[in-house]
Amino acid sequence: MGSTRAPARAEPRTLRDAQRTASERGFHSLALASAILVVAALAGIFALLLIGGLPALQRFGWRFLTATSWNPVTGVFGALPPIYGTLVTSAIAMLIGVPTAFSIAFFINELCPHRLRGPLTVGIELLAAVPSIIYGMWGLFILAPFLAAHVEPPLIDLLGPLPLVGALFRGAPFGIGMLTAGVILGIMILPYIAAVARQAIGDVPLLLREAAFAVGATRWEVFRHVLVPYASHGLLGGVMLGLGRALGETMAVTFVIGNAHQVARSLLAPGTTISATLANEFTEAVGDIYMSSLLALGLILFIITFVVLAAARLLLGRTSPDAAA
Amino acid sequence: MTADRPLLSRRRAADAVMTAVAWAATLATLAVLALVLFVVVRRGIGSLGLAIFTQTTPPPGGKGGLLNPILGSLAMTGTAVAAASPVGILAGTYLAEYGRHKRLAQVVRFLNDTLLSAPSIIIGLFVYGLAVRPAGHFSGWAGALALALIALPVVVRTTEDVLKMVPASLREAGIALGAPRWRMIVSIAWRAAAGGIATGLLLAVARISGETAPLLFTSLNNQFLTSGLDQPTASLPVAIFQFAMSPYPDWQALAWAGALLISAAVLLLNISARLIAGRAPM
Repeated sequence: MGSTRAPARAEPRTLRDAQRTASERGFHSLALASAILVVAALAGIFALLLIGGLPALQRFGWRFLTATSWNPVTGVFGALPPIYGTLVTSAIAMLIGVPTAFSIAFFINELCPHRLRGPLTVGIELLAAVPSIIYGMWGLFILAPFLAAHVEPPLIDLLGPLPLVGALFRGAPFGIGMLTAGVILGIMILPYIAAVARQAIGDVPLLLREAAFAVGATRWEVFRHVLVPYASHGLLGGVMLGLGRALGETMAVTFVIGNAHQVARSLLAPGTTISATLANEFTEAVGDIYMSSLLALGLILFIITFVVLAAARLLLGRTSPDAAA
Repeated sequence: MTADRPLLSRRRAADAVMTAVAWAATLATLAVLALVLFVVVRRGIGSLGLAIFTQTTPPPGGKGGLLNPILGSLAMTGTAVAAASPVGILAGTYLAEYGRHKRLAQVVRFLNDTLLSAPSIIIGLFVYGLAVRPAGHFSGWAGALALALIALPVVVRTTEDVLKMVPASLREAGIALGAPRWRMIVSIAWRAAAGGIATGLLLAVARISGETAPLLFTSLNNQFLTSGLDQPTASLPVAIFQFAMSPYPDWQALAWAGALLISAAVLLLNISARLIAGRAPM
């Protein structure tokens, strides 16, 4: 290293010093510019969606959010069906994913034989890495026919006649619809939430756990009353991370949701989500207002997921293991 | 004491029930996920043959393989990682070495983490507006750019994390020898963290090699083999999407073969990333 031979005497303006300052400055600015590029990318995404979506938002105003018509022929677009579908499928996914993921965190940390803990943890993190298109295909060819044949008919028979909730389970058992999309999403986000929840629970100080056991609490009581409250930020952060994935997930949903622009009360009915609408229609959009409406949809999705993911980050701090995901 | 008996048995019953629930949930999840992989392997193996790697995608009813999507995916993924790596490593270096406590670094870190989980279809929209519309046509370059934007936050995050694990004493030793800061970073910090940085790059490749949504509006698809990335380019995920949604059984069979290839590649990349990370001195 040539620089180690630099004289110890302070000699500020030699050529060598100037070179050193210049190279140091150059490297520093290069690193800084790269870091700023990340910010620029995110700002660019927001700006482009806003500029692109503005014509539609100006033309339709707030009604864009509440109107249900989606008519490329007359050029009238309302975003309610995709927004509704996004929220409903994500809600179903959370109902399935969150309790299951927490149960898995309970299992891995408290019940599982010690030797299985490592493989199980790695296994769950690997499953979070399986691409969503694989889940989508599986949903289309395996899950949808299965639900149509074995799950949806009994749901319609048992719950359909009930007042209030019954409306959610009426109609024909197609197998293609919001319920199937929600189930696939739930299976998909489960590993994400489970990975974060396992880590959050595992990070609780051993002392707290031992103290609780020492006063005679059962394993479930320790989990429910000591570990979960202590790790609540991490757990909630994991839930928000899963929700962010569910809201924006495209391929797993596009395969099975049926792509119908309607606000159906029944969960068994086909619907659409923001991401599925974009995936299906964006390359075929003809006309400025159609394109602009799609970009406005993208803007809505971007804002919703940004808020959810930002909340997740604030709750999680910097300890989540999801860099692998 | 006697009054506590029913309470105790109720608490024990609750414990037993929740234990059973946790076992059931874990086993059910593992069963479902094993089923997903099983179906992919079984249906994929059936249609996997030499033709998959040597022939281009067929018209419906014809014979063919997945040569053009495989080559397209390799080219776009390679280009994307080649573009994202230097930028991502430098940005991660800034966060870990220069900006550790600066306000700007906090903002970058926060936005990078958000970008890490942002919906990939949004990235597709962005690159469409940035590169496809101005150019007037879909291209493999646009697809590679979209993938690079998805890989970037993964590289930034892992680079920062591993650099932070390099002991401060190593840095101080370098500085004490009279090395300028950049020299210390390049020759000491990066070298010490090389295994971890490589892990990050592998994870980035794994992450983007299965991405479909950002390619739909950027590289689109192509039935034919292309010689460069300046025209619409086929990719494995988009080909799988097109073939799986089609009503033709032979296209669906090709989709399963592609699904098997992608799943195997992604899982292998993840496992090797873990092995490298495990063997690295960190």
